[in-house]
Amino acid sequence: MSAKRLAIIDYGMGNLHSVASAINHVAPQVEVDVTADAERIHAADHVIFPGVGAIRDCMAEILRLGVDRKVKEALNEGKPVLGICVGMQALMSFSEENNGVDCLNILPGQVRRFPSKVVDDDGSRLKVPHMGWNQVEQTIDHPLWHGIAQNSHFYFVHSYYVQAEESGQVAGRCHYGVNFSAALQRDNLFAVQFHPEKSHTDGLQLLKNFVAWDGRP
Amino acid sequence: MTLAKRIIPCLDVDQGRVVKGVKFLDIRDAGDPVEVAKRYNEEGADEVVFLDITASHEERDTMVHTVERMAREVFIPLTVGGGIRTLEDIRRMLNAGADKVSINSAAVNDPDFVRAASERFGAQCIVVAIDAKRVSEPGEAPSWEIFTHGGRKPTGIDVVDWAKRMAGNGAGEILLTSMDRDGTKDGFDLELTRAVSEAVEIPVIASGGVGNLQHLVDGIVEGRASAVLAASIFHFREASLPEAKRYLRERDIEVRI
Repeated sequence: MSAKRLAIIDYGMGNLHSVASAINHVAPQVEVDVTADAERIHAADHVIFPGVGAIRDCMAEILRLGVDRKVKEALNEGKPVLGICVGMQALMSFSEENNGVDCLNILPGQVRRFPSKVVDDDGSRLKVPHMGWNQVEQTIDHPLWHGIAQNSHFYFVHSYYVQAEESGQVAGRCHYGVNFSAALQRDNLFAVQFHPEKSHTDGLQLLKNFVAWDGRP
Repeated sequence: MTLAKRIIPCLDVDQGRVVKGVKFLDIRDAGDPVEVAKRYNEEGADEVVFLDITASHEERDTMVHTVERMAREVFIPLTVGGGIRTLEDIRRMLNAGADKVSINSAAVNDPDFVRAASERFGAQCIVVAIDAKRVSEPGEAPSWEIFTHGGRKPTGIDVVDWAKRMAGNGAGEILLTSMDRDGTKDGFDLELTRAVSEAVEIPVIASGGVGNLQHLVDGIVEGRASAVLAASIFHFREASLPEAKRYLRERDIEVRI
């Protein structure tokens, strides 16, 4: 049997080496391919859809390179797909960032900015970006949460957050001034706002779970 | 659910080696930044900062390789600072595996550099480092000025104004060092930390002067810092990261343990 392949979709937005090295670390037997090539994504068993930076630039590159079609194809084929950070936001219907940008509408919901001038629970000003380690409440059982304790800390860095429309698609919740979706799922798709590749043991466990996942919830 | 306050050990790296000494008894090579970062990572550091104090441009290649090695083995955020002057410098560090870069004198020389960097790479990876010195006399309203060249060269720029301007230019975070306190072990300049932290919406990392664990608490509670940075108390094992986390938690500060 040939080795499993995992494609990390590269559409020129940000450094994907961290994701690749984390996968190499937890699953050295998996062939990791950082690529935008349709055939190589098609040949992969697992697909990671990352993203960093401003949503308008991300969406422009996603559409220019046909990444939207590749993601939808992978989803239709039943392959496990993992969206990370702006990758998750791009899956939603619409983002308020950059004066409003239509996104892929694969998962219904909005991307909103954290409110300005909000006071946190301890009386200090709520800082934006939401940067650092925050707890994620797992709202459902899911293979990707396997071996990760309830309310574990994950590393976040973002100024916009996801508000999912269908509560049944929420897999994890977080709170920072507002409640927001930290993880979403639907069939063979899982998406996280935090950075598993930077979230130490628990993040690595989630990536390990993803590589082992057959795409069934 | 609350965002945890971060504790960040800082390593000064010269030609690929940790300087200022690090005393880890069970690490064979305490001069290797990757070994030290791994150890801090295992002990629960929330991030690591590498400060490249190498003088020459050619030796920067060594730092790139160090960052590459670190990124293969340590899975927490890494900030690299020192000598970041061009967009190409940033691109190289990010491609090597750094998550953020810290920009100091290049921002003072050209404030638009921060804007260009933020637009190109995203605010999440742009940290602006500020070296501040108190310039007010005792009894006057406190004020601080930016100093460059290791605190030797005044610039005439007011620190609080500058912090606001850098936040407006797209900085994602501020690394604020009190040059008056750096190396003294007398604790952070809390008035400075609080003045900057309350002036900007972005997170502020307090730096300079940590001599004991209460100083970390003070930086967060009184200084309102989102994160606290320290070097020597961790390097010389005067306190360990787990001790620091426990100390903060006992004082009702949210930490990741």
